Amino acid sequence: MIYRSLFPRDMFAELDRLQREMQQSFDLTPSIRGFGRGGFPALNVGGTPQSVEIYAFAPGLDPAKVEVNLDRGVLTIEGSRESGLPAADEKTALHINERFAGRFRRVVSLPDDVDPNAVSAEYRDGVLHLSIKRRESALPRRIEVK
Amino acid sequence: MNQTSNANKQEPTARQEAAVLPPVDVVEDATGITLFADLPGVPKEKLSLRVEADTLTIEGEVGLVTPEGLQASHAEVQVPRYRRVFSLSKELDPEKISAEMNHGVLKLRIPKAEHAQPRKIQIRVS
Repeated sequence: MIYRSLFPRDMFAELDRLQREMQQSFDLTPSIRGFGRGGFPALNVGGTPQSVEIYAFAPGLDPAKVEVNLDRGVLTIEGSRESGLPAADEKTALHINERFAGRFRRVVSLPDDVDPNAVSAEYRDGVLHLSIKRRESALPRRIEVK
Repeated sequence: MNQTSNANKQEPTARQEAAVLPPVDVVEDATGITLFADLPGVPKEKLSLRVEADTLTIEGEVGLVTPEGLQASHAEVQVPRYRRVFSLSKELDPEKISAEMNHGVLKLRIPKAEHAQPRKIQIRVS
């Protein structure tokens, strides 16, 4: 099932999406794990000189049931989400059903300079925030000239 | 040109801001409608629910605290705002809407007005 979430109906957002799709079709060497867009949870990845920050937009999860693994520079976020909808019977009607339900798994490959022992994870307002520190040795430093 | 912009002044300015359409589930049962909406990253304080005439507007702003100097390298959520508008039908009672927010999921309960609730009509046998 294609997760139809986060689909902007705004003109500028539409143009942005169009531009992204154009870029994808011109990019002849995509990542081996595909473009990865449109999956659940949506991911934003960024970095600072000290850390790599990952935000997974995964609302309605039980934090105890989310698994985050870091193995050889590959970060995996997996778990499952219950639909939370009441059982269908003859008196109920499901008019719109767009929210994701079921198992999910998303994989991100991290840069080489991260420290696998310094990962922090926090779940707040439905966003899982992972922060992975970069190794001390990889931090930019100023070299004194004597 | 000026006149048209004056005529449109009543439109909320927020409408011009870009927003993402959040996915929803809507279930109806005998006594009302339940709506679930995925609004990850929206704290309770930044959620706004409005009913004007028969339109229900759900709007929320993402309140992420990001570290200083963060440079995005891959972003699937690019607009930090959600908005979705629904028309309510007349048998629903907008006065009695209740809402709860849990881990980024909004649950709205819109009951049907008393007079619109189903009732069983007793047939007396004489």
